[in-house]
Amino acid sequence: MNEERRRIRLLFSGIVQGVGFRPAIYRIATEQNLGGFVLNSPAGVVVEIEGPAGQVEGFLPAFLDNLPPAAEIADVSQEDISLRGERTFQIRSSREEGDKDVLISPDLSVCENCLQELKDPQDRRYGYPFINCTDCGPRLTIIRDVPYDRGNTSMACFPLCPQCRSEYQNPADRRFHAEPNACPLCGPKLWMTDENGIPLADGPPDPVKEARNLLLEGKILAIKGLGGFHLAVDATNEEAVQRLRTRKYREEKPLAVMVDHLDAAKRIAEIGPAEERLLLSPQRPIVLCRKKLSGGIAPSVAPGVPDQGIMLPYTPLHALLLEGNFPPLVMTSGNRVDEPICQQNREALFRLKRIADFFLLHNRDILVRCDDSVAAVTKGNTVMIRRSRGYAPRPIPLHRTYPDILALGPQMKATLCILKGNQAYLSPHIGDMETPEAREFHSESRNLMERIASCRPEVLACDLHPAYYTTRLAEELPHREIFRVQHHHAHIVSAMAENGLSEKVIGLAMDGTGYGTDGTVWGCEFLLSDEGEFQRVGHLEPYPLPGSDKAVREPWRVAASLLRESYGQEWPNIAGRLSLQDYAPHFDLLNSMMDFGINSPLASSLGRVFDAVAALLGIRHTVSYEGQAAMELEAMANVPYEKHYPFLLRYEDGRTLLDLRPLIHVLVQERIYGIDPHKIASRFHVSLVKALTAMAGDIRERTGVGKAVLSGGCFQNRILLKGVIQALEKEGFAVYTHRHLPPNDGCIALGQAVIAATRLERNGS
Amino acid sequence: MNRERILLEHGGGGLLSHELVTEVFLPFFKNACLERLEDSAVVTLGDRKFCFTTDSYVIDPIFFPGGDIGSLAVHGTINDLSVCGGIPLMLSAGFILEEGFPMEDLKRITRSMAEAAKTAGVSIVTGDTKVVARGAADGLFINTSGIGRIEYPSPLSVESIQPGDAILVSGTIGDHGATVLCKRKELGLISEIRSDSAPLNGLVASILAASPNIHCMRDPTRGGLGAILAEIAGQSGLSLSIREAELPVREEVRGVCEILGFDPFFLANEGKVAIFCAAPDAERILDVLRNHEYGRDARIIGSVGERDGGGLILQTIIGGSRVVDLPLGELVPRIC
Ligand SMILES: [Fe+3]
Ligand SMILES: [Mg+2]
Ligand SMILES: [Zn+2]
Ligand SMILES: [Zn+2]
Repeated sequence: MNEERRRIRLLFSGIVQGVGFRPAIYRIATEQNLGGFVLNSPAGVVVEIEGPAGQVEGFLPAFLDNLPPAAEIADVSQEDISLRGERTFQIRSSREEGDKDVLISPDLSVCENCLQELKDPQDRRYGYPFINCTDCGPRLTIIRDVPYDRGNTSMACFPLCPQCRSEYQNPADRRFHAEPNACPLCGPKLWMTDENGIPLADGPPDPVKEARNLLLEGKILAIKGLGGFHLAVDATNEEAVQRLRTRKYREEKPLAVMVDHLDAAKRIAEIGPAEERLLLSPQRPIVLCRKKLSGGIAPSVAPGVPDQGIMLPYTPLHALLLEGNFPPLVMTSGNRVDEPICQQNREALFRLKRIADFFLLHNRDILVRCDDSVAAVTKGNTVMIRRSRGYAPRPIPLHRTYPDILALGPQMKATLCILKGNQAYLSPHIGDMETPEAREFHSESRNLMERIASCRPEVLACDLHPAYYTTRLAEELPHREIFRVQHHHAHIVSAMAENGLSEKVIGLAMDGTGYGTDGTVWGCEFLLSDEGEFQRVGHLEPYPLPGSDKAVREPWRVAASLLRESYGQEWPNIAGRLSLQDYAPHFDLLNSMMDFGINSPLASSLGRVFDAVAALLGIRHTVSYEGQAAMELEAMANVPYEKHYPFLLRYEDGRTLLDLRPLIHVLVQERIYGIDPHKIASRFHVSLVKALTAMAGDIRERTGVGKAVLSGGCFQNRILLKGVIQALEKEGFAVYTHRHLPPNDGCIALGQAVIAATRLERNGS
Repeated sequence: MNRERILLEHGGGGLLSHELVTEVFLPFFKNACLERLEDSAVVTLGDRKFCFTTDSYVIDPIFFPGGDIGSLAVHGTINDLSVCGGIPLMLSAGFILEEGFPMEDLKRITRSMAEAAKTAGVSIVTGDTKVVARGAADGLFINTSGIGRIEYPSPLSVESIQPGDAILVSGTIGDHGATVLCKRKELGLISEIRSDSAPLNGLVASILAASPNIHCMRDPTRGGLGAILAEIAGQSGLSLSIREAELPVREEVRGVCEILGFDPFFLANEGKVAIFCAAPDAERILDVLRNHEYGRDARIIGSVGERDGGGLILQTIIGGSRVVDLPLGELVPRIC
């Protein structure tokens, strides 16, 4: 029975480190009595297997059947190599040199096994808030460098105790090579301080219990989590929530809540099967769910909007805080207004000092900031709103190979993107590039993504807007070439790339604002696009935005502008019959500004039309956060409606132009006659669906292109998204939407990168 | 943006103006004096230091509450000399007149120039006049140049600014810019706002006498206080921290800006000076400023941070902070 022996080498790339990959390999190899080794290298996981030829043959299929849940293999190569006579299997320490083609896993929510131990009084990790295993725990947020090994993480300064070490070294243990493995004896510790950072001396010894008591008393706590700090407060305590809002200068923007379990979520919102899957997924995003009126959540948690953002505990600390029938907690990013999330203890104590009453801190450093992700469900599909924790930095697979590009992203809701091979590496959510902290975060993210993608691209992509920080940054950074990409073209191409489309499509970019090639503000654009170029084949007739930026914060100005478009110089009379009359003293000046083009840029933005209609209906004349008026208008549109308002399409200079003046006329008439605003809001949505579909149809007739790609912040509006998809499909269009990225500006960096790469190829460089 | 041709923004005092100077003029004119990009050139003749400056005035409207193009041309050049530490000695005046310009208006403007010069104690010692055909210019343009003598011992320049310095402004900001906006004939804006156009040589002389530790001064004209501070942050590599709540703004100016959607931080001033000085001297300088008729609303508005390229940072009223980038020029909207 002297069967022939064989030795093979396998190289796995993809998300293969920090996900229990090596233990799984080890278990199968030892079960089958195979010799050899497995090691993490910067190029991926290397496995050598030696044994009887038949068994060696069966190894890979057997392993693929038992792939650890969080692993994702991008590529595996196999080669035969010469025998070495190894009879035992071992796990070797990592190799440092070479190409770093190994992907860092996103952070993973605490697993069921660990939760059980956490709540078992007999377990040595009973109540220990840093419990984890190879299936769960922090990843991205604790790395200093690749490969993912304890020495390269912020766990490096916690030497394992003998018991933890034996788990870490025992291939049969589920903590075998769990890099953040820890226990109360050897691992990170939790403590509580007052608002000045002085540890509490007189409280009970258990900081979690202390925190729960304080929360029940209505106190505001800053809690150090996975990718940053949260500000937490009892979500059922109206007075406490208002206090948090006042201190955070966040007057109305909806706040997310965390609840202990699914049933608690179901008490406060409508949870369908798709929402349920998302809530329970290891990514644990905040899921926007339709609120229940009787849910017991304080009114100022998410005023005026239809949805409540909900998430389930994703760290053991959260699970302990919310255990039992603890009330839902508001968990909002621990930052000051407009700044990115706080990362370190000292930073948080300084920046959150006047907001939090107490701090729940620990000594496991957060090395990479990562905000909570936000998602919603439309027609059973996930629509990302913010792609960050749990998702980043998992690369987005592309259908072909591109040259290396670094795309610096937009100005608001920024992320950045590195394109390498057939993968797109998007950073966690960075935010608005207005604060010094966000700019620092942008540069941290650039370094991090260059290390993760192990390349430093010399070809840069940025927006066309000359005043964006990211545009100026592109000019400052060392580069071989810069490609400036139109904002809405980037929107469309990012959705194309996610769907593997490179042929010509009709892109519907329905958005707030972006800088157009003609220097005006765009935002309701039909772009005949491929991956490198576009032609503007349709758009909304432009109207002035009196006051520029001011018009974004004050929708009544846009309403006035649309009235002026529709009624000419008669508009102040009409406006006086609507709720806009409060602004009557300013009408003359506003009119002159628009007449003479003083600080009144022309815009074709659809987002601003939503704002304006909200103002015409008296729902909201000024906003305290972006998208507020549009969201409240969407909330109002809850009666079924078939008949649309009239609108006009015009054809001029190769473009289909949408004229909404007839719509405004009838809508205003209905408003003046006292028609129910719910009906008007519904009819407005129906009309936009009709108008956009008619335009797409008109353009298809001229161009013969039948693929429609949807992107832009307006598609966060679920009525619009659902309506446009259905209507276009009914007309025979093949419709594509984002699959991984948000339709808002969180997708821009990918589009910039793909367009730059394509132009680079076409230039033949 | 098409940068093949001159755009209006190239004259707006923002990023494009800056590019025009550094990418077109500097490479050709190349010399150490010009490269400092201060308001005036500082030259040494024998053992004495002088400063020399020039400026052209092309404003619309030419008459406005608080002054006209003539007084503005005199004040502007006096102020450019003053902020370089110069005691203004003499000015020149050049006129470019459009065919058909009313003689009455010219006389009125000339009278106001003479009065402005007299009040400031300087004389206009040379001049020039050109008339161009109708349409080749808009009414009249004035150029003034000036020479001043420098007696302050230490150099006043961006290079002298130190980490830790205090930043002061001599009064309310945006008055001139807001006045001109309101008086553009198109805007039927009724308002009590007046331009702050004023000669600053007296005010500057009194603070220079009060403290030997003044490091740099600027008159925040085009682009406003925001643009000159952003420019200084860029040139020096120092981070400048400004407290928004401390910026003095007249209620009427704030009201007009509110409606038009402008920020007084970026509107022109014609009688204000921004001062960088050693922090311990800030209060004393502030007292001197406040005792002067052109400095009653002076404030300490911020401080100079480390040499870390952090830029101009505005500490906002609601407790956050925002980086202020050098504006591109008036016409590019910031939105989107
Ligand atoms: Fe956008
Ligand atoms: Mg000047
Ligand atoms: Zn686990
Ligand atoms: Zn231990």
